[in-house]
Amino acid sequence: MAHIARKSSFSISLIPKIVLFLCALISIVITVGIAFILIRESYLFFSDPEVTLKGFFTGKQWQPMIGRFGFLPLLNATLTTSIIAMSLGIPVGLAVAVYLSEYASEKTRGILKPVLEVLAGIPTIVYGYFALTFMTPLLRNIFGDDVVEIYNTASAGLVIGILVLPMIATMAEDAIGSVPKELRLAAYALGGTKLETTVKVVIPAALSGLSATFLLALSRAVGETMVVALAAGAGPNLTANPFEAAETITGYIVRISGGDVSYNSVDYNSIFALGLVLFAITFALNLISRTVSNRFHQEYE
Amino acid sequence: MNNMHTFLRFGDASERAHHIDKRRRSGLVWHALFISATALAVLFLMLLLVSVIDSVFGYAALQNEVEPSQLIPGARSVSDFSRDELESVAEKHLSAGILRRVQYENPLSERSDADLTRLIEQYIVKPRVLRTWGLWDSLVNKDVSLAFVEANEQSYLVFRNWLSPAFLVADQSADPLKAGIRTAFLGSLWIILITFLVAFPIGVGAAIYLEEYALDTRLNRMLQLNIFNLSAVPSIIYGLLGLALFVRALEPLTSGAIFSGVVDNTANGRTILSGGLTLGLLVLPIIIINTQEALKAVPDTLRMSAYGVGATQWQTIWYHVLPASVDRILTGTILALSRALGETAPLVVIGASTFISVDPSNIFSKFTTLPIQIYQWSARPQGAYRNIAAAAIVALLILLLVMNSTAITIRNRLARKKRLAS
Repeated sequence: MAHIARKSSFSISLIPKIVLFLCALISIVITVGIAFILIRESYLFFSDPEVTLKGFFTGKQWQPMIGRFGFLPLLNATLTTSIIAMSLGIPVGLAVAVYLSEYASEKTRGILKPVLEVLAGIPTIVYGYFALTFMTPLLRNIFGDDVVEIYNTASAGLVIGILVLPMIATMAEDAIGSVPKELRLAAYALGGTKLETTVKVVIPAALSGLSATFLLALSRAVGETMVVALAAGAGPNLTANPFEAAETITGYIVRISGGDVSYNSVDYNSIFALGLVLFAITFALNLISRTVSNRFHQEYE
Repeated sequence: MNNMHTFLRFGDASERAHHIDKRRRSGLVWHALFISATALAVLFLMLLLVSVIDSVFGYAALQNEVEPSQLIPGARSVSDFSRDELESVAEKHLSAGILRRVQYENPLSERSDADLTRLIEQYIVKPRVLRTWGLWDSLVNKDVSLAFVEANEQSYLVFRNWLSPAFLVADQSADPLKAGIRTAFLGSLWIILITFLVAFPIGVGAAIYLEEYALDTRLNRMLQLNIFNLSAVPSIIYGLLGLALFVRALEPLTSGAIFSGVVDNTANGRTILSGGLTLGLLVLPIIIINTQEALKAVPDTLRMSAYGVGATQWQTIWYHVLPASVDRILTGTILALSRALGETAPLVVIGASTFISVDPSNIFSKFTTLPIQIYQWSARPQGAYRNIAAAAIVALLILLLVMNSTAITIRNRLARKKRLAS
């Protein structure tokens, strides 16, 4: 009797484990599903006789309508907005993180952290509206209407910078905060000022955590969609001028899929090819960021 | 000897003092810089909110197709009409088709004054927006708006609150004066419901497996790494997944065609079900990570004491670990759902309808959501669409605020209950 009871409770206890394992396995299925779908549709895109791999990666014109499939203009616009975003987001975000972790009192932190959380919780479409109705007119006022176009990558880039700022500040603060106190005390003991301790000891010690943060923020900026869809312009344009309109990879995907595209057309397949490029870029950035931050955690454990 | 060293290294007393002074000053300068960076971040939040609210209120220059004075001599607006005048104007000037429909729904004589005023404004007077101004311009530069009205024949100025109750309950419309967000709001609620039903059980299940069952094997480490990676995949990629998988490959399922009865052929798989499933996959990694954090916070002593009295692992999880962490799990889930509520790109990619005339009624309906509506309105160049986009943004932000404060209330209430119980 006792033997039977134990046996049955053993087999029953396995059921939740298996079910829960299947739940966890779904995450792998999603990743594989994304990769499979992107690769399959991209394969269809590249098997179109008009499209060549070389043309795709080196062509300077993206106009699927007339058979020009060079994605450099889209990549260029994506890089422009991301670089502008990073050059606003990283310094300001890092400074906020240093202030919160090294300078601010508990009370100030208690006020500022919720502000950052609110900023991080606002949907990106609102940032898009902000870019269009505030940042663009501001830039046009400063630099002149004839210099700055109504749609431009500078405005989108700056607003993406604001968008990733709370994320950079929070993650960087974590990285800086997890530097052991002994390092700071040692620096003070050698006569370092607070600034010297922070800049020459704490930040270098947190460098791998910080680089992980910046990489993740870059990945976020590259994949950001609604801000560029509203503010950066609709039309591929290979330009180095951030005040000109230029469509990014994500902007193109949204514009094309928002209209009625028919399945199996080159337009339809092209958004998957671009999606694959985007997925590859962001996946690589995330993976490097993760590896770097794991190493950082090992350093201080 | 000691002095000698110090001298060689740092110069004489005055040089040393100067050097220390310099170090202190640069410390102060950078301190000020750090503070200003923080102030800048706060300023951005302020600007964001102010620029939205600025567009919600303000003057609008309108022009009527038919002046109220042409209908009733001497009247300056429809609200000046008396009851009899309202009825007679409606009867005389409404086109035959509209009049028949209106009479059929509810006879003119039984309608309220406000209802008749609305009818007359909508079908006879037909005001049109020429230009709008933000709240700041309306308060400070009122003469600009007045000059504009002077310069444009037959236009007049009204101070509008674009986020009016009528805006909340009105249908979609191409006319910004009549457009509302009811359809979009209902669409958002439907989507969130499906997202929750998909992502919550799977997400919590996966988190329990990873925290409670998983041993430190290669497979499990890969699962964990993969979940972190998924949480950082751009949302638009999920849109492409949803487009190819739910909208296209699973169309018979997501359009409801394999179930007899409700079939909306025009939806083509671009249904609430597809949208909810797509966002479900999007928030799944976030829910898993948040739930894992919640489970990590449960002290191991609780598990040990359950095992100590002979509970199985599942009994321990179900009767002890989950009840102890349910508040954090729910909070984490609500935060993930508010992310889904604000998502735009994946739903645009799967082809959510931009204009639908009927409210979504089941999971196989076409839909639009608040963020999509905001996107559509913001993208239009005409001024008044900016104002209703801003009004919709405020509605969305309030909805998010309500969700987040619910999360906090749940957490506090359950935390108190737990304290009382123990």
